[in-house]
Amino acid sequence: MSTSEYDSLRPPEPPRRRRRGGGGGRRRRPFGTGDGNREMLMVPDVEPTSYYGRPVVKPAPWGEDVAAYLFLGGLAGGSGLLGAGAQLSNRPKLRRNARLGALAAVAVGGAALVRDLGRPERFYNMLRTFKVTSPMSVGSWILSAFSAGIGVAAASEIDRMTGEKLPLGKLRPVLRAVEGPAGFEAAAFATPLAAYTAVLLADTATPTWNAMHKDLPFVFVSSASLAAGGLGMVTTPVEEAGPARRMALLGVAGDVTAMRLMEQRMDPVAAEPLHHGKAGTMLKWSERLAVAGGVGTLVGGRWRPAAVASGLALMAASALTRFGVFEAGLHSAKDPRYTIEPQKRRLAERRAAGITDDSITTV
Amino acid sequence: MGQLSGPTDPTADAHWHTHEERKGFFTDTSICIGCKACEVACKEWNHNPRDGDLDLTGMSYDNTVSLGASTWRHVAFVEQDRARIEEARESGRVLVSLGMPQVRSERDVTTSVTDLSGGDLSGVDTTPPDTPEFRWLMASDVCKHCTHAGCLDVCPTGALFRTEFGTVVVQDDVCNGCGTCVAGCPFGVVERRSDGTAAPTTREGQKKGEQPPIPNKGVAQKCTLCYDRLVDGQTPACAKTCPTTSIKFGDHEDLVTEAKARVAQLHAQGMTEARLYGANELDGVGGTGSVFLLLDEPEVYGLPPDPRVCTADLMTMYKRAAMAAAGMVAAAAVAFLGRGGRGA
Repeated sequence: MSTSEYDSLRPPEPPRRRRRGGGGGRRRRPFGTGDGNREMLMVPDVEPTSYYGRPVVKPAPWGEDVAAYLFLGGLAGGSGLLGAGAQLSNRPKLRRNARLGALAAVAVGGAALVRDLGRPERFYNMLRTFKVTSPMSVGSWILSAFSAGIGVAAASEIDRMTGEKLPLGKLRPVLRAVEGPAGFEAAAFATPLAAYTAVLLADTATPTWNAMHKDLPFVFVSSASLAAGGLGMVTTPVEEAGPARRMALLGVAGDVTAMRLMEQRMDPVAAEPLHHGKAGTMLKWSERLAVAGGVGTLVGGRWRPAAVASGLALMAASALTRFGVFEAGLHSAKDPRYTIEPQKRRLAERRAAGITDDSITTV
Repeated sequence: MGQLSGPTDPTADAHWHTHEERKGFFTDTSICIGCKACEVACKEWNHNPRDGDLDLTGMSYDNTVSLGASTWRHVAFVEQDRARIEEARESGRVLVSLGMPQVRSERDVTTSVTDLSGGDLSGVDTTPPDTPEFRWLMASDVCKHCTHAGCLDVCPTGALFRTEFGTVVVQDDVCNGCGTCVAGCPFGVVERRSDGTAAPTTREGQKKGEQPPIPNKGVAQKCTLCYDRLVDGQTPACAKTCPTTSIKFGDHEDLVTEAKARVAQLHAQGMTEARLYGANELDGVGGTGSVFLLLDEPEVYGLPPDPRVCTADLMTMYKRAAMAAAGMVAAAAVAFLGRGGRGA
């Protein structure tokens, strides 16, 4: 052990973080409290159960573009479903607005996804293969299929709105003939579009996302429903927006319930990032806005200003849910604690249960 | 789609017509001297650019910090005092007394361990008179080339593929840098290469050397187990250069056997802290192609203590997502059917 007469000149060590929860805290003698003549390690103390506090897993190199896509993809999926329902129940304004909203959301969301790639000019490589094991691959195809249908349906709406100004020529009757089936085709891929992003996040080694893998799909489809309902309430006169209101209310109920259930069922350490820092704030406000929007819908949903305000609150709630979950996951990957502690616990639990042959560490 | 977890032959799962022995590393950290020759050889052979800003971390002799897009070998340094050495020995002793190894298929090596140690080391005085006062742990980390590789399974473009040697390699001309593999790796190995250090330093008066252009910007990069050398029957650069044979390269099966014998030998010498990492095909990633002999718990070296490939639960996730999607359809149906009329 090296000592030096200059040891006393070292700056005081920052207080060590105690490991929260989980047994087996390590005994170590106090460090950095000596008078400078006691034995000291050459290097600053390391976090007892990690490599100098360095992360074990790497966070996904995804920027806020991807978080925005999580929201927009859900919004598009929910709107696609609303559009198909409006088609079936003969609500032309709701149908038009839902289709246009869905198209705008997938267009912006898809562009955000491409922009986030390390090599955007190669985005089409996703569409040169199909891999069931890759939620990103499955999702690319879902997104493409949805976009195709909603694109055709929305093009027809745009043509009608502009008084048949689109240069379609003889294709106009064709467009009118296929817009209905195209709307239903999009609707078939609408719920997968809203749900697959949950699998995309959960199917990673990112501790918080992975720990959510059983319940995150329910949170995401609920969030998509309330967002799409909100968009319908903002854009559509109250007479036609009844289904949007009910979808929003069901979404709020699902969102609040699923989020809470999910947090209870997750590993407690992996759930921590959902309550701290930026992610914690966003998720707290997400719930508040969802509830406020839900109450607003219930109470004033038939009065347009209240409907618009509630709809905006709901869309904001959905965006905050996505950004919050996204942020919490990235945070969990940057701190080794969230990787190591749940893994050590589950390993210890398996050993306690007598399963000792499936550890990566053997003798 | 091959199987997503459990013991398997990854090359056969990938439908290779030719049969090559699965290749891998056995990194025996007990004889690593921390020279970092492996890091240098790897960088040179693979033309990997500099990453980081040539800063000193101040945390140890490790200024490389971690594996990454341009660092495919990383030597970890951990200084430990006597108390920590004792703890490591104790945790190793616990491992032995758990009844491990119970690798169901390979009884042969198990018996040799039992012969040497009697299976239970609790009664053995494992504190030799030369218990060191402190020690440096040095370990050269590398891509694990998992049997069930998360990076490979989640890659949407097919850029990552399984070679005939059972290793996992990125095709840098196919990868579009989506970054899914980065999050998919339970060991934090693969990384998307940013512009590296091509950006000029912001600190004034510092010009840290001219740099060649950075290849493969924006795509995922990781150890290839020197695929280009393997196809020519050569040893990977790191193993070739390692002066102490801490890094051994060879057929995976032979290496696992060798690793088990080495652990038994160290145990017989009283070093109960010795243990293997990745040699168990029943673990969460189906065993790794790169096997390590460690002298403390894995997390001390920055390795996950119980990694589980994310795709092992993929079918559960898809099922749950399908249930959620069905719920959403039901909610929409209720929304449109509820209260009948249009003015609801």
